[in-house]
Amino acid sequence: MATPVLDKADAAGQPEPGFADSPYITVTFRVRRFNPEVAAEATWEDFQLEIDPKERVLDGLHKIKWDVDGTLTFRRSCAHGICGSDAMRINGKNRLACKTLIKDINPEKPITIEPIKGLTVLKDLVVDMEPFFQAYRDVMPFLVVKETNEPTRERYQSPEDRERFDDTTKCILCAACTSSCPVFWNDGQYFGPAAIVNAHRFIFDSRDEAGEQRLEILNDRDGVWRCRTTFNCTDACPRGIEVTKAIQEVKRALITRRY
Amino acid sequence: MKIHKYDTVIVGAGGAGMRAAIEATKRSRTAVLTKLYPTRSHTGAAQGGMAAALANVEEDNWEWHTFDTVKGGDYLVDQDAAEILAKEAIDAVLDLEKMGLPFNRTPNGTIDQRRFGGHSRNHGEAPVRRSCYAADRTGHMILQTLYQNCVKEGVEFFNEFYVLDQLITEVDGVKRSAGVVAYELATGEIHVFQAKAVIYASGGTGKFFKVTSNAHTLTGDGQAAVYRRGLPLEDMEFFQFHPTGIWRMGILLTEGARGEGGILRNKDGERFMEKYAPVMKDLASRDVVSRSIYTEIREGRGCGPEGDHVYLDLTHLPPEQLDAKLPDITEFARTYLGIEPYTDPIPIQPTAHYAMGGIPTNVMGEVLADNTTVVPGLYAAGEVACVSVHGANRLGTNSLLDINVFGRRAGIAAAEYSAKADYVELPDAPESFVVEQIERLRTSTGNERVATIRRELQETMDANVMVFRTEQTIKTAVEKIAELKERYRNVAIQDKGKRFNTDLLEAIELGNLLDLAEVMAVSALARKESRGGHYREDYPNRDDVNFMRHTMAYREVGADGSETVRLDYKPVVQTRYQPMERKY
Repeated sequence: MATPVLDKADAAGQPEPGFADSPYITVTFRVRRFNPEVAAEATWEDFQLEIDPKERVLDGLHKIKWDVDGTLTFRRSCAHGICGSDAMRINGKNRLACKTLIKDINPEKPITIEPIKGLTVLKDLVVDMEPFFQAYRDVMPFLVVKETNEPTRERYQSPEDRERFDDTTKCILCAACTSSCPVFWNDGQYFGPAAIVNAHRFIFDSRDEAGEQRLEILNDRDGVWRCRTTFNCTDACPRGIEVTKAIQEVKRALITRRY
Repeated sequence: MKIHKYDTVIVGAGGAGMRAAIEATKRSRTAVLTKLYPTRSHTGAAQGGMAAALANVEEDNWEWHTFDTVKGGDYLVDQDAAEILAKEAIDAVLDLEKMGLPFNRTPNGTIDQRRFGGHSRNHGEAPVRRSCYAADRTGHMILQTLYQNCVKEGVEFFNEFYVLDQLITEVDGVKRSAGVVAYELATGEIHVFQAKAVIYASGGTGKFFKVTSNAHTLTGDGQAAVYRRGLPLEDMEFFQFHPTGIWRMGILLTEGARGEGGILRNKDGERFMEKYAPVMKDLASRDVVSRSIYTEIREGRGCGPEGDHVYLDLTHLPPEQLDAKLPDITEFARTYLGIEPYTDPIPIQPTAHYAMGGIPTNVMGEVLADNTTVVPGLYAAGEVACVSVHGANRLGTNSLLDINVFGRRAGIAAAEYSAKADYVELPDAPESFVVEQIERLRTSTGNERVATIRRELQETMDANVMVFRTEQTIKTAVEKIAELKERYRNVAIQDKGKRFNTDLLEAIELGNLLDLAEVMAVSALARKESRGGHYREDYPNRDDVNFMRHTMAYREVGADGSETVRLDYKPVVQTRYQPMERKY
C-alpha cells in the first residue's frame, strides 16, 4: 500500500475548529507590471483567479505564473515568512506575500500588488536590493570585541541582558520597513529603519564593544535624526518588531550615551 | 560571456556555504555564488537548535552524542565522521557564540540547552538536554550571525548567480575540478568561474515532494550538476519526513515543541507514541515518529473528517513558556490555520524535510569520484553532501551542527588546497553546455508546461516513495518519472527575455528535480530492506548482511544517448559500535 495522499484540495466534510469551510472564490489580482525589455513604462494588469481564501497571496501569484503568464516575475523562497524574499506592496501596504492570506485583505475588491517603494524596479515586483543591503553593511552589523577579551568558553550573558535586544534579532532583512518610510522614499541617502534595527541589535547587546562607533555612524546627517516617527515601519514589519521604538532607543542612547 | 578567476569558489550561501566562506576568505581569494541573497537561504527556516554536548544543564559528553547519531542513523552512519561531528560540536557552538549568536541563556548566563528527538543520556537511558537554541529560530540566528561575520570579513558575494554546470578536466586520467558556469539572473549573462577549488554548499532537494518543509528554491542544483558530470550520489533513497509539518501545507513545526513538553495525540486524544517508543515517547527519532503517525492514520485513528492528520498538543504548556520558547511556530499556527495553540491542538502530518544522501565526501569535505578516489579541487558540505554523518536518518539539531562543522572543514581544506594548487585548464568552450541548455528552453516550441510536470512529479513522489514504500509503489514512481523526463524534452517557457527570467530558472530547476527523483527511486527500489527513513513494507526488517552499505548512484549514458542510473555500493565505516536493534 502506498503512503496515503493527504493533500486533497477538494476535501469535503465537517469543518474543524479553526477550519471554516471555505469554497473557492474568484478574486482579481491587479499587478503592477514593468519589463524594460518590452516597454519603458509600467502598467497595471488584471488577472482573475479561483482561489481558496485561506491561501496566501503568494499562492495566487504562483497560480498566475504557473498556469497563466510565465513572465510574471517576483522573488520568493521559503513561503512562510522566514526568508524575507517576497516583501511587496499589497493593497497599498507593505507585507510579505507568503504571510498574507487572501481572506485577510478583502477579496471583494481587486487586490493591488506593487513592488516595494523607494528602490529601483528592475522587473515587475523585483527591485534593486543593493542600496538596502549597503545601508545595512554601513552600520557595522556584527559583534565587535577586543581580541584580548576572547574567552575560552562562551561569554556569559544574563537572560535579562539577552532579552534587552531580543526584539531586533528577529529582523529578516525583507525591507518592508525601510521601503514603507516616507523619509526613505524622498531621500535615498537615509539609512532607513532596517539598518537602524540591526545597529540596535548590537548597540544593546551586553557583549558588544563598538556601541560608540555605531552611534557616531547613526549621528550622521543621514542617520537616525531623519526619522519622523510616522510608525509606518512598525506597521509594516512582518516579524512584529517594534521598529519605531528601537529607533527611539537609539536616539535616546545618542543623547544620554547610555545603552 | 565573462570569465572570472578565483582561488576558491563556493556555491551556495546558506549555513554551510557562509561558514566555509568565513574560513576560505581568510586564506584565499574567494567568491560565493548564490542563486538567492545569502539571508534568504533555507538555513534560516531551521528552528529547534544545534546539538553539542556542552553539559551546561546536565551531565553529557560527546561519546553519548556519537552513539545517538549512529543509532539514529540506523547504523548506516560512518562512525569516524560521527565522532568528528560530536567532538567538534562543542567548539562549533562556542565559535558561533563568539561570532555573536544570541543563544538563549541559563540563569547563570551560560548557553541554555533543551531536549530533542533521539538525543539521550548514556546510550538511550532517557532524553538529555543537548540542543543549544535561540527560541525556535535557531537557524535564523545562525544564518544572520554567519552573514554578519561574512560582512565583517569582507566576503565577496555574487548574489542571484545560478550555478548550472560543474567543469571537470581530466589530467593524466584523473578528473579534476576546473570551475563552474553560472547564469546571472539580473542580466541573463553567462559567467565562467575558473577556480582552483570549488565547494558545493547548495542545500537540499525537497521540492520533488509536494508536502514539504523545503523552500521553493530547494531543487538539488548542486547534486544535479555533479551527477550530470559522471560523479556519484550517495544514499539518495534516504529522505527524512519530519513528523510535524502543518497539515496540508508542510510548514515545519519544530521538534523543540515536543522537547518543551508537547504531545502527539490521535482522534481519541491518546498519547499514541507511548505504544511505539516507551522510553523516548514523543522524542523518538523522526523516522520512528513519522511511521507511527501514519500507522495511526491508516488504522483509523487520524483526526478530522478525512482522518488524515494527528494533533500536536501544546495546550497543557503555560502560555508564557510558548511565548518565550516557541514564538514563531505558535505564530505560524495562528497565521496559517487560524488556531490558537494556547487552547487548541494543532493539526499536523509528516512533511518531506531533509536529504540524508547527497554528494559523497570524506571528512575533509573532499568529493569522491568513486568509493575511495578524491576529485582534486572539489568539495561539498551541508545538506548537499553525504559524509555520512546522518546515515539512514538524521537526528534533529544535527543538521545545524553538520553545516557548521563540515562547512568549516571544507572551507579550510579547500583554501589550503587552492593555496598550493595551480589552476586546471578549462575545457574547450566551457560555457557550451549551459548556453545550449538555456537556448533550447528559450526557443522551445513544445507543448509541455513546467508547472504541470512538476505537479505530477510531486504527486507521484508523495504517493509512492514517501514514508511507506513497496516494490510496486517505487516501480510506479520510476515509470512515472521516466514518462515525465520524456515529456520534459518538450517543455516550453513563456518568458523569452534575458532579464530576471525566473520562468527559465524554474524550468532548469525542474530538470534537476527529475534527475534526482529518478536516482532516489532507483536507489530505493534496489534497497530491499527497511532502515531509518527508508521503509519497505515488503521488506520490513533491517538486513545488515546484504545492505549494511552505502548506495552509490552513477549516471550512465548509452551509445544511443539513453540515460540510466547505475548502482554500486560502498562499505560503512564502523569503529566503536556494533549494530543493535533500534528501540526508543
